[in-house]
Amino acid sequence: MRAGNLQLDSQGRLKHFLGIEGLSRELLAEILDNAERFAPVGDRAVKKVPLLRGKTVANLFFEPSTRTRTTFDLAAKRLSADVLNLNIEASSAKKGESLTDTLRNLEAMQCDMFVVRHQTSGAAEFIARQVAPHISVINGGDGRHEHPTQAMLDVFTIRRLKQRFTHLKVAIVGDVAHSRVARSEIHALRILGVPDIRVVGPKTLIPPRIEDMGVSVHHTLEEGIAGADVVIMLRLQQERMQSALLPSAHEYFREYGLTAARLKRAAKDAIVMHPGPINRGVEIDSAVADGVQSVILQQVTYGIAVRMAVMSMVMATQSLTFGNGQGSTDVD
Amino acid sequence: MSIRLKGGLALDPLAGTQAKADVFIEHGKIVAVGRAPGGFKAKREIDVSGCVVAPGLVDLGSRLREPGYEHKATIASEARAAAAAGFTTLCATPDTQPILDTPAVAEQIHHLAGLARGARIRCMGALTVGLAGEVLSEMHALKAAGCVAVTNLERTIKDTAVLKHALAYAASAGLTVFLHPEEYWLARQGSMHEGATSTRLGVPGIPRAAEIIGLHRDLTLVAETGARAHLCRLSTAESIKSLVDARRAGLAVTADVDLMHLLHTDKDAGQFDANFHLRPPLRDRSDRQALRQGVKRGGIDAIAANHEPHDADAKAAPFALTEPGVSTLDIFLPRLLSLVAAGAFDLITAWRAASLAPHRILGLPGGTLAPGAPADLCVFDATQEWIAGPDTFQSKGLNSPCVGERLKGRTVLTLVEGQVVFHAKDKKA
Repeated sequence: MRAGNLQLDSQGRLKHFLGIEGLSRELLAEILDNAERFAPVGDRAVKKVPLLRGKTVANLFFEPSTRTRTTFDLAAKRLSADVLNLNIEASSAKKGESLTDTLRNLEAMQCDMFVVRHQTSGAAEFIARQVAPHISVINGGDGRHEHPTQAMLDVFTIRRLKQRFTHLKVAIVGDVAHSRVARSEIHALRILGVPDIRVVGPKTLIPPRIEDMGVSVHHTLEEGIAGADVVIMLRLQQERMQSALLPSAHEYFREYGLTAARLKRAAKDAIVMHPGPINRGVEIDSAVADGVQSVILQQVTYGIAVRMAVMSMVMATQSLTFGNGQGSTDVD
Repeated sequence: MSIRLKGGLALDPLAGTQAKADVFIEHGKIVAVGRAPGGFKAKREIDVSGCVVAPGLVDLGSRLREPGYEHKATIASEARAAAAAGFTTLCATPDTQPILDTPAVAEQIHHLAGLARGARIRCMGALTVGLAGEVLSEMHALKAAGCVAVTNLERTIKDTAVLKHALAYAASAGLTVFLHPEEYWLARQGSMHEGATSTRLGVPGIPRAAEIIGLHRDLTLVAETGARAHLCRLSTAESIKSLVDARRAGLAVTADVDLMHLLHTDKDAGQFDANFHLRPPLRDRSDRQALRQGVKRGGIDAIAANHEPHDADAKAAPFALTEPGVSTLDIFLPRLLSLVAAGAFDLITAWRAASLAPHRILGLPGGTLAPGAPADLCVFDATQEWIAGPDTFQSKGLNSPCVGERLKGRTVLTLVEGQVVFHAKDKKA
């Protein structure tokens, strides 16, 4: 069974949000359009809409995260949901409770939605297969597999600033091998019609046969970002040096760090993105991170609207299925 | 007891023949095929018309899970399942709890096997104490306790000097060593073939190089020590080339591939289906094609069932966190026949690889219908269709991608040393 099927109901509506792979262009556009409608909510004096009133959202983080969890938390609260934040790494998993048992317990607490972050690829899909049918699962990042809400907020940012996708050159730079963000972005950009997607990095950080996903591979930054409209920098983890994939952060910055001088090779109006948190002086120079072409903080802001859109859509599908609501995603 | 199997198609992989002929059995041995020997009186005649009568299947590596993991399977459950699937001998792996590195565990397994009704159970001892790859096990004692081979399974011995000594010592003890070639460091973090699927799913991969480097290490040390070695579960096209080259250079080694690798590729694991989590991992189409060719041309001697029954919990986790292995006894025959039907190789070749070669590798008589051979027989109906599932599986392990599928080919009668250990019409057997 394909992931694309598991996350849709029989009518093709979004029931879970597990990965970008297999979703249609129309559905991605619908998410982006909904996010547009949620974006102004954050600017209001009362930053709340009642769409998820009475619903309980459980943030299940099996792996530490600050940014993603905070924005999911805010998104759920702005939709008026009750939110349960569970740092499972520190509790059940260490006591030997199985993943399945943890899920059964949360189901028994009558949660409606699980936002899951897990260190193992496929975890969100596994959980979606395990849970009771009235529960929706949103993937907050599984291993190196997918991080679909991050990819959606990235393409939301790109659409806002570049309007169309069908003429863009997008470069994804850095640790593609270990990046769920990169994989989801590649799927999203392809589905939305971006004709030129490049991955850039040393051979140790580019996984084999990545070309099969519809990208070109470049091993120098200069070549990879030449003429690019969008440059997405990935975070480099310290572990990559320990596992002999790279000699040092210093050398990495020298070869692949984005500096103002190098950015000149990209298109004049190129935007610079980063899923955060950034390592200044490792993958990106401060002058670029804080520069006029950087849209890194806009990404964070948009992340809330995108997550509100996804959460409201899956809950609307559940309401239509189980008849306990209007199935609305209206903001007003 | 004397038995006449009447009206079947006799398949003898040693003679390379397939012909309609009755098979006559007395004192646990085959006494004639075709015409009854003078003075033969059958105490029992079994009508097997429309069925194939062949020497029984032998698995070169079955996890029987007892002692220690009885929640997954037991010797009794799997011996019975094996008989119902046409297997007459299973070779049990030493990764029990406690590990089979002392004669006591071998004796316990043999005792339980003696109480079980079904296939014959032989066991392999651990090559190193606790399978830890550090201290040699007491191989002479294991041999005296009846172990047919020694192995460290896929728990690669990291220290090459230990491996060399273990091979040399096994050679002087006269024991065959079953080797699972794999280079530890390249394989250690992976759980899937490193390729397009692992990249797409973000699952850490195991490159082909892990097996190829491991194989070259093993072959070099086998040549140097003069050990009698069998290479288990080869998975890459390159491995077969290396093996054929080594043999051409005069090295006497045997090798097997497991049935799942002849059927599937890494793409089948593309939706995180844990039933395709295997060790070594399923590789791609070109490898699968080379493995099929290897069986056809003889580069690969044997096809292993590599039976690994699991409880449901073992597979209830995200892909990389599940335990590897497939429960294969029940589906082995129909799946092997499906490869024959698809033209991968012919039936005689299939039977040479699944019966004759494993008998020889384990040093057991059999694998033929020649008079004097033990009456270890599998009688199957190649046309019977059935649906794999909890109602039809005899193994305790339901971890198979075939569950729910319609399969063609079923064992109807199994004999071990002339004793009926399974008869489809007799549900109690």
